[in-house]
Amino acid sequence: MNIVNILEEIEKVDGEIYERLSPRRAAMKDFFNVGKKISLAALPLALGSMFQKAYGQSNPTNVNEVLNFALTLEYLEYHFYNHALTNSTIAFPTPASNAAITTIRNHELAHVNLLKGALGAAAVTPFVDADFDFTGAATFGTAFADVFSNYATFLKVATAFEDTGVRAYKGQAPVLKGMPVLTTALQIHSVEARHASHLRQMAAAAGLPLKPWISNITNGNDTGISQVDAVYAGEQNTMIAGVEITGINGTAVTKTQAAESFDEFLTGSAVKTIANIFIKTRKLS
Amino acid sequence: MENLNEKEQDVMLKESSILDAKLERRSFLQFAGAGAAIVALTAAGCRKDRPITPASGVTLDFKDDFGVLNYAYALEQLEAAFYVQVASAPPSAFTQVQKNYFQDVQFHEIAHREFFKKALGTAAIGSLSVDFSSIDFTSATSVLAAAQAFEDLGVAAYNGAGVRLKDTGYLVIAGQIVSVEARHAAWVRDQISNGTFADLASLSALGADNANGLDGALTPDKVLAIAGKYVKTKINVINL
Repeated sequence: MNIVNILEEIEKVDGEIYERLSPRRAAMKDFFNVGKKISLAALPLALGSMFQKAYGQSNPTNVNEVLNFALTLEYLEYHFYNHALTNSTIAFPTPASNAAITTIRNHELAHVNLLKGALGAAAVTPFVDADFDFTGAATFGTAFADVFSNYATFLKVATAFEDTGVRAYKGQAPVLKGMPVLTTALQIHSVEARHASHLRQMAAAAGLPLKPWISNITNGNDTGISQVDAVYAGEQNTMIAGVEITGINGTAVTKTQAAESFDEFLTGSAVKTIANIFIKTRKLS
Repeated sequence: MENLNEKEQDVMLKESSILDAKLERRSFLQFAGAGAAIVALTAAGCRKDRPITPASGVTLDFKDDFGVLNYAYALEQLEAAFYVQVASAPPSAFTQVQKNYFQDVQFHEIAHREFFKKALGTAAIGSLSVDFSSIDFTSATSVLAAAQAFEDLGVAAYNGAGVRLKDTGYLVIAGQIVSVEARHAAWVRDQISNGTFADLASLSALGADNANGLDGALTPDKVLAIAGKYVKTKINVINL
């Protein structure tokens, strides 16, 4: 197998892969020095440990881990919207915009309660508002400082949260494969996608050039907000399971439509990195 | 015995596709994750026992993933046919933005349909004949109502069928499609009545659960019963 090809593929979704993977690392040396063919069974382990070292975070591997991971994201979203509705100076331009955020907040609360109930004693200690910094100041400085006073900033962060949530659930589906709980996760996943679609429409109404679906741009980030590049990394992909969607089977599907027509997933590690920007205490590891 | 041979063939195919170096990102990231280690196989040509399509229609055999993928292919055929008709002569009441977005949606559905066609290869069911006589394509109200019905049903269909998939790659792809359908559904709903993008209470017939914030999810038999109104071709379902 060709490790360089793989690294090139990863580079498309993570531009910093080469900084993360210094060739001096033992993991990499081991990898390049494998003389014999790596067996199918060992390959995921070898690659997995290499990337675990590179990214320093792990993916959830079992149902409870996935559900707690999802629960943490739902806490983040719930507190974000609740803060906007109950403890902010955001001037919602219309009753409809306030009602939409209320609808979304209520869904996130329902998701929190559902996941909490499903996990029972295994549920993480509840996150409270004070656990979060919704401006992400430690990473973003003052870029989102007015998230709870400026409607446009609020919409930018909200859209990024929802689009992240959609990608996060998608990425965890394989762990739940074949289980009844997968259906529940998918039912949450598509609700988050509905939220994302509406928030993008709200953002468009507020002057941001967004479609309800994630459109195509070189780095995948159609919002033009560089701070959230990681949320959209790889969304420019038009190759699904080795099949190029642009112009597929002689149709007139454009590159833009091809990128729009399939949303991409994010790994647990990538989602944790994004979420941790907004989590002050008890960061995800 | 044949099953064993098939399994062996599968493993060999997977090995060769891994060792042939051209690993696509999706499969690769599944390797990087600590769990799944299955490469999505698009080679559908390794089935020797394809059901013979009866002259009276198509058969969806749910005994394996190909049945689920053909089911998705059938629904995408239906959606694409609908949007092609809408986009070719949109209701005069549509705004330019609505016309543009319906154009987008049309090509998203065509992309989905053609992906399944290509991925299934010789295992793909034939083309379905549609019956849109209940839709008034000159009326924005009628078109939007039909679009909402199609999108909400599509979301419930994918949500309900995901659990049947055995292959991780296909499961991820189903997830990649369903969120786009949900984005469509929300947008269409907002065109009809702004703010109804995720009105889960109105989706209870599709299996949604408003109290728990859950979208629709239906088993294939229920979805096909609803979709039947728009399909002329007889769809036989076996091994559900």
